[in-house]
This record gives sequence, structure tokens and C-alpha cells, in this order.
Amino acid sequence: MTPGSSSEEDEIATIASPTSGATPRTPARRAPSPYPNWFYLPAAVVFGVLFLVPTMSSLFFSLTRWNFQSATFIGLDNFIQFFHEQNLYQGLINTLIYGVLTSGLKVVLGLALGILLTGRVVGRGYLRAVVFFPVLVSTVGVGITFTAMMHPTAGVINITLALFHIPGPGWLTDPRLALISVALVDVWKGVGLATVIYMAGLVSISTDYYEAASIDGATSWQKFWNITLPLVMPATTTVIILSLIGGLRSFDLIWAMTKGGPGFTSDVIASVIYKQYQAGFYGLSTAGNVVLFALVAAIIVPLSLILNRRTTEA
Amino acid sequence: MTFLTSRRAMLSAVAALGLTSALTSPSFADAVTLTVLTDNQPDTVAWSTQLKADFEAANPDINIELETRPGGADGDNLIKTKLATNDMADVFEYNSGSLFQQINPIQNLVDLSSEPWQADVLSSFKSTVTATDGTVRGAPVGAAMGGGVLYNKKIYADLGLSIPKTWADFMANNEKIKAAGKAPVIQTFGTTWTSQLFILGDYFNVQAQVPNFAADYTANKAHYSDTPAAARGFQNGADVFKAGDLNTDFAAATFEDGVKKLANGEGAHYPMLSFAVNTVKQLAPEHVNDVGFFALPGDDAAKNGLTVWMPAGLYIPKTNVDHLDAAKKFLAFVASKAGCDSLTKGGADTGPYLIKGCTLPADVPPAVADLQQYFNTDGTTAPALEFLSPVKGPSLEQITVAVGSGITSPADGAAQYDDDVKKQAQQLGLPGW
Repeated sequence: MTPGSSSEEDEIATIASPTSGATPRTPARRAPSPYPNWFYLPAAVVFGVLFLVPTMSSLFFSLTRWNFQSATFIGLDNFIQFFHEQNLYQGLINTLIYGVLTSGLKVVLGLALGILLTGRVVGRGYLRAVVFFPVLVSTVGVGITFTAMMHPTAGVINITLALFHIPGPGWLTDPRLALISVALVDVWKGVGLATVIYMAGLVSISTDYYEAASIDGATSWQKFWNITLPLVMPATTTVIILSLIGGLRSFDLIWAMTKGGPGFTSDVIASVIYKQYQAGFYGLSTAGNVVLFALVAAIIVPLSLILNRRTTEA
Repeated sequence: MTFLTSRRAMLSAVAALGLTSALTSPSFADAVTLTVLTDNQPDTVAWSTQLKADFEAANPDINIELETRPGGADGDNLIKTKLATNDMADVFEYNSGSLFQQINPIQNLVDLSSEPWQADVLSSFKSTVTATDGTVRGAPVGAAMGGGVLYNKKIYADLGLSIPKTWADFMANNEKIKAAGKAPVIQTFGTTWTSQLFILGDYFNVQAQVPNFAADYTANKAHYSDTPAAARGFQNGADVFKAGDLNTDFAAATFEDGVKKLANGEGAHYPMLSFAVNTVKQLAPEHVNDVGFFALPGDDAAKNGLTVWMPAGLYIPKTNVDHLDAAKKFLAFVASKAGCDSLTKGGADTGPYLIKGCTLPADVPPAVADLQQYFNTDGTTAPALEFLSPVKGPSLEQITVAVGSGITSPADGAAQYDDDVKKQAQQLGLPGW
């Protein structure tokens, strides 16, 4: 539950499977297990030691004032403290803005790029590789590179703008822009994954629909709106859920680029939690992680149910 | 081919030689490697490298391996985590004062109270590395520092300015400097810790007006938001921003940028700790004589004085069991006359040392001479708050960036800092919070 510990890609397995293989609502009678119980033991031990115990102990430590060596039980004080955190409200809003903005842009751009790269373009293989390449690069590396490029006076972006006599803004230093700048970099880095998911969705749409629509005299816009968009819905669901989860607990890119600054203006929940950890408030930051876990679950579980229902209907 | 064989032969010969010498010479066999962790400021790297060289020359059986860590909040995190996970180097350098109290010294650090060299350490330093049980757990490394304003002497000479004794004089100087086309005040919020000086460096002025502030603040009786003298620092940081006195890239510039701007005269004032003189020596040695120093001005010219920072300490974590003797030898060396001389050679002579008998060379840079003036006069120095109270909020650097870039009002900033301080006091388990 440490913020930013796993990357977006890790979740493909867990998210993509329920989405693509729509699970039946009423479970059939349980078939007898093909394995004896001891066969499950190794996996159960790994699960217990690495997942169950930490989750339970984090619930306990979130109720204590903890310095790694001793823990004093203080009831719900950490949660009260956490909700009084001066930047929590701002961090919460920023988290939502960041999650929705990156997710929305990845859907729109991913779909557009997916259509482009499944169409007849020159050097398609090369272009596909180029779009996907940023996904493979280290997030912190991307963050440091863009921080240098977005420097208000010495950065390549503003130097280029200055050639055209456009005064470049302080991308990461203007409190109104910092969060949005980081979100745009996040989109640049993550859109390749969305594109790949969309390409898989697009090629699976039968060309018969388009031929029939053409015979009926449909315009390109009508074809897109009435054929492509509904039929690519499973891919959209996957992209939205993946990027929203990634966006809600985003941390690494923000930390590499602004550390939540200037001041607290680009703080998200994960960076607020990390700063509490950094300050040595281990109990408080554990409480924050419990809250973050609840928040992500509260958003993603209903969203996943709704989107999956729509997928099954489509 | 011949080259390859001959090289292989040579290698085995070298290996054989090494083996025999390892077997025969006891000093080689006993060689201890001591890991020492310091921060990664250019000047720290310079003096620690010098210390290593001089210590190894005096102790051929001990090798020192230097490791570095980032400064600021990242560094605090690293130190706390390394201690908590028993992964600390054999010896480490870290702040004295309130940050020392935050690393749980009684549980984590070796008690050094009975080391013979403690007799030579000035008590003003000892109190800043004394745990709550009264034991001393560190050795001073480096010189005392002042928190104030480093200024460009050339700009002052060219514009005929004099050293300001009040805040009004300071702002008046800034107007003239701005009119001359230079940045009056350099701020470097790209390195966030540098934003705190207007608050922390103003403590001489705070205690001149409210003598009991440190004790009352520790006991949760006085706060920044309800003590006008203390809140003044936040106001000052906001004033220079509002007056348009900052360098244009203040929001992204780093500490190193700031030092260079000051040294080459792009900016006139840099609110900073005086150790940065040493950074000037590293980054712009040709300009070291262009940089002077004065204490942060307050409202009363008669009560102007210097806020003093104690040097960092060297500590031995309790996890160091195997190399404890070597580590103690190293600390004894650093806390001796020979250690001070080595530090001076490494450029750390930026203020008075905290070891009896240690002196500064006669030809110190002008900024150090300016600093020395305050120490030579009675009643013109006071320790910074972090050496009088164990409480220091961890978010001050973000709050001062927000106040200093006009995002947060000074009053809100002071109130936010009070909340931040409260969390730290509770974590330390202090009475009254």
C-alpha cells in the first residue's frame, strides 16, 4: 500500500480479465476442486505473509503513534489528524482532477491514435513502436527529463516558444499550471498503453459493419459514432479503469517533477501521505494509506460494476 | 595473443604478491573499512574527502568509504529509515539540535558522553547533541554558521550602499539595486530548504523582543501565529516577493544557481546560511572576495544580531558493533586540533570551530570575517530556535515556498506552520500537546 509501489501495467492482469471475460452473475454449483488442500499451501503462505499480514498490521498501526521501534495506541486520532491535514482537501481535489484529466485524455488520444495506427498509414509498425516507447521508459527518468525541459528560463520548451516571441509560462512553477503540466506528461507517457488496448479492440470489430454502413450511405462521423464507439466499449472500459486507478494513486511522476510544489499546489493524496512518512509520522501516514485504499476502492468498485454491465449489454 | 598471455601472467603475479603481503603484513590483514555517510552538498563532499585523506594518513589500518545522501526532507527521510531498518553506515553526519532529537537518539545512537575528547568540545555544541536522558551522543564536524544574508560587495560598492541594520533600510537598498537592473534578493525555491531563512534566520530578532519564546513554544504556550515578532519572518518573505525584488527564475532556481548568481553579481542578496561561502569557493573561486555577510535586519537597529547555527554532528549508530573502535577513533580525530586543521584545508573554515584550541586561519574570506565580527561582540549572537527547542515542523520548507511565491498569505503560513509543529511535538511525545 505504499504509494507508487507498483506500476499501471501490473494491474492489466487483474483488471483486464473480468472485463474481457464477462463473468456470469449466478455462480454454477461449485465443481469439486481438482487439487488436494495441501496443494494450495505454498500460495496461501505467500499470500498470508506478503499480503494478509501487512494489510492487517497496517490497520493496527494506523491506530497508533509509531516510530518503528515502539507504537502507542491512540485510537482514531491519526484519522482525525489526517482529515484535518491542511492540504488534504486540496490534495483530494488535485487527485480527482489528475485522475479524471489523465484518464479522459488517454481515452480520447488513445482512441484517436488507435484509429490512426490501425488505418493505412506509412510506416505503421514504426509509428506503433514510437507511441508505445514512452511506456517502457522509467517514470522518474521521464519526470527528470521533463522537469529540465519545462524550466521557466533555461528549459527547451520555453526557449523554443521564445523564438516565436511567445512568453512561455512557468510550467512547473506557476501554481495554476503545475498539476496540469505533470498530468500532460503522464498522458504522454501512458497514452501508448491506451493506444495498444484500443488497437486490439478496433481490429476485432468486423469490417462487415462498415461495409454495410457505407452501402447505406453513412458518413465517416456516423460510422465512428454508431459502429466504432459502441463496439470498442470493452477497450474503453479497460482504459478508463486502468488509467483512473493509475491516476488516483499517482505519485512517482508528481514526486519526480514537483514534489507537490510549488508550496502544496500540486500535492495529491499519495504525496501528502509520503511527506508524512518522510517526516517520521509513520502511524499517521499508515492511516493515510488506509484512507487512500478505501477511496480508490470506493471509486473503482462501483465504476467497474457499472462499466462491466454496459460491456455485457453491448 | 602475446599481449594477452603476458597480461595474464602479470595479473597472477600481482595477485600472488597481494596474497603474500596479505599473509605477511598484519596491518593489511587488520585493515578495517569504515563507512561514513554525509550529505551531498559540494562543500561537504570537499571537506569530508579531506578528512578521509588526513585520517587515513594518520591511521593506515583504517580505510574510510564515503557515502552521500540528499539534503532537506529527503535526507531526513533517508536517515530515519536507515536507522529504523538497521541499515545505517558506521558513522553518519546529521544536523544537531531539533533534527537530532527527531532521530530517537537514546534508542539509535551510541553514548559518547565518556569519550576523552568531549572535554575539548564547547558546551554550546554539546547541549545540541544531548539526548533527553542527559547523555552526549555526537561530535561536532565543521564550524558554527550564521543564518543571515550573503551579499555582493561589488554591487554595494558600485551603488554606494551601506549594510542595513533595519528591515526598512534593507528594503530601501533593494529599491536602489532594482533600479540598477540587478535582482535585489535571490531566492532558490528549486531547492526547497533554502526558502526557510527569512523565518529561521530571524530568530535573533524574535528572542530580542520575546525572550521566553523558545521555552513557551516548546510547552505549547507560544506560537508563530499569535506572536507578532515570530510571524514577522513570514511577512518578510512575502514582502520581498510582493515588491518584485526576486530573481526572475526564483521558483525553479537551485541552491547552486543561487550561489553562482550572488557570486557573479546577477543578484545582490541571498538569504542563506554562511556555510555557502564555502560553496562559493567550490563553484566560483574567483569571486570569493566579492561576497560579504550580514545578519537579517529587524525593526530596531540597536538590537540587531546574528542567529547562529551549530555545525552538524557525527554520530555512531548502535548497529555499528564490528567497527565501533575505528568509528570512535575517527570521531576523536575530527574533534581534535588535527581534525579542525583538516577541515580548514577542506574549506570548512566558515566560522568559529566548537573545539577548544582550534583557530581559523588569518586569511579567511570577507564573509567569514564579517561573521566573526558578531561572535567577537558581546550579546550580538543567539542560537537558532532549532537548538533551543526539540520542535521543528517538517513542512516549513513547503510553507515558506508558498508564502514566498505569493500562493499563501503570511498569516495563513504562520498558522499552517503551527499545525505542522503540533504534529511533530505529538510524535516526540512532549508534555502539553
